[in-house]
Amino acid sequence: MQRYLAQKLTIYILTFFLAVTIDWIIPRFMPGNPVQTMLSRAALRAEAVEVMRGYYLRAFGLDVPVWQQYLNFWKAVFHGDLGVSVYLFPKPVIRVIAEAIPYTLAILVPAIVLSWIAGNKFGAFAARRRWLDNTVLPLGYFLTATPYMWLGILLAWGFGVGLGWFPIAGGYSFAMTPHLSWKFVLDLLWHWFLPFVSLFLVMFGGWAIGMRNMIIYELEADYVQYLESLGAPRKLIRRYAFRNAVLPQITGLALQIGTIAAGAVVTETVFSYPGIGKLLVEAIQNQDYFLIQGCFLFIIIGVLLANLIVDIAYLIVDPRTRRGMVGEI
Amino acid sequence: MKGEKGKKPKNEFLYFAWRNWKLRLGLAIVLFFVVLAIVGPRLTPHQPWAYVGPPARPPSKEFWFGTTMFGQDVFTQFVYGLYPVFLVGALGGGLATLIGTAIGFTAGYRGGWVDEILNTFTNVVLVIPTLALLLIIAAYLGVRSFFIQAVFIGCTAWPWTARAVRAQTLSLKAREFVDLARISAARPTKIILTEIAPNMLSYLVMVFILQFGGAILNAATLDFIGLGPTRGISLGLMMQMALLWGALPLGLWWWFVPPGLAIALLVGALYITNVGLDEIFNPKLREM
Repeated sequence: MQRYLAQKLTIYILTFFLAVTIDWIIPRFMPGNPVQTMLSRAALRAEAVEVMRGYYLRAFGLDVPVWQQYLNFWKAVFHGDLGVSVYLFPKPVIRVIAEAIPYTLAILVPAIVLSWIAGNKFGAFAARRRWLDNTVLPLGYFLTATPYMWLGILLAWGFGVGLGWFPIAGGYSFAMTPHLSWKFVLDLLWHWFLPFVSLFLVMFGGWAIGMRNMIIYELEADYVQYLESLGAPRKLIRRYAFRNAVLPQITGLALQIGTIAAGAVVTETVFSYPGIGKLLVEAIQNQDYFLIQGCFLFIIIGVLLANLIVDIAYLIVDPRTRRGMVGEI
Repeated sequence: MKGEKGKKPKNEFLYFAWRNWKLRLGLAIVLFFVVLAIVGPRLTPHQPWAYVGPPARPPSKEFWFGTTMFGQDVFTQFVYGLYPVFLVGALGGGLATLIGTAIGFTAGYRGGWVDEILNTFTNVVLVIPTLALLLIIAAYLGVRSFFIQAVFIGCTAWPWTARAVRAQTLSLKAREFVDLARISAARPTKIILTEIAPNMLSYLVMVFILQFGGAILNAATLDFIGLGPTRGISLGLMMQMALLWGALPLGLWWWFVPPGLAIALLVGALYITNVGLDEIFNPKLREM
């Protein structure tokens, strides 16, 4: 078990190291000079440009040697000092992100957990039931092939514009200011519903299909045939098959986290939902480099934490990993 | 092994392929879109960005899919937007499959420290949210083309393939025919290409199909955020334009339904083709 966890943690620490390095490298070594871009956008007089250039160089810490810049970046990361947002000036990046995180978590966590549970149950139920299988299968594949933004747009159009049941933009009504009351909480939930459903549905299709395919493999396994020859009831066999099929689905969850994060980015964009994803897109559109760096860093941290949670869940579910019988999932 | 490659297995393959409705359905949909991508631009007299009619018109005889807020023909944009879908899918998916299998073969066959390093590298790239990475890279690149987009997608989408191919190589490596090849002093590259790869061919075909679909979805996401190619039209870009210019509140459904529907149908059809192929290659899965 220690070996398993140590192996995983090494990977995550390496990944974090690499990701922060990429985060540092990209704005510095990409074609085009961010400082120049910002200066030209500001449309200043010639002498003002020089002053501004000096200011930006110092602000980015570009006036010291490269290795020093890199070390400084790490220092800043550990101090939570991610600079000041240009687009939302003069708010510090860390505060802008802190305000967005709850919204992202609010749609992502329930959507991931619920779609995983419901999709697995449903997929296992549909497998090898001819009629259900043949209708569910194409539908499930269609759902999981649906681009996240398209499903979001359709839901917003149908339930937002058409039926008028739900709002199509924002995290809460524009007329309201955030405060703690039932009215505000209900308003939050009202805005939360469509983005959540949109993420839920696409993922649900994927898990249902995955489970269905796993169960079909499991039902061919030796232990199932042995049980069948003993005359075990079908229900019992299916329960055993399910328990075995769930393991790859947990691994699948770990593999999917990156894709899911991308899905959240576009879903938030469709619904103008004030999470990290929408923030990242706005930062990119406004070329707010500190904010882009900050968003990327937090997405990485979120994905790594999610992976760690999945690993621990796997440890709990599969006793073999605890006894060190399998090295890797 | 080679002696069996007569006429009979081939016929059997075709027989089961034709009997499999999943394969038929999937291939039919994919083929439909391929034909549309080729023939479509010839069916329309307009250019994708040209202002050719009255704005915001629903579908009619003259404008089959209606017009946008600016009076551009949606059908024209749609059929021109199909071509890059296949380009990015084939190129990005192909590249991802190639990198993934190369790394998987090497790691699995070589073993030892080569495997340690490649496997760690694969796991690290696997954990990095590739789309977030693509977003950042695309954001800093001033000029982007479909080709660059496909290359970037290919370079980030390979890890799961590498992992799967490595696992399969590990199990194939222990077989007797590989031992035999090794005893007869064949070079590792040759053993991989002539002994191991042919035994995984069906699997590699399916990997390519999955990577193809994945590349299409990734490209659509990038385009939708406005980080797609700087020139040209794509289905993701159509959806972005529709959302940006108020197609939702104005109810111009003909603007945003076709592009997303085409992507969902196409990628869904690829997945179903894959299930069909799986059932053909793996007789145990066939429906009785």
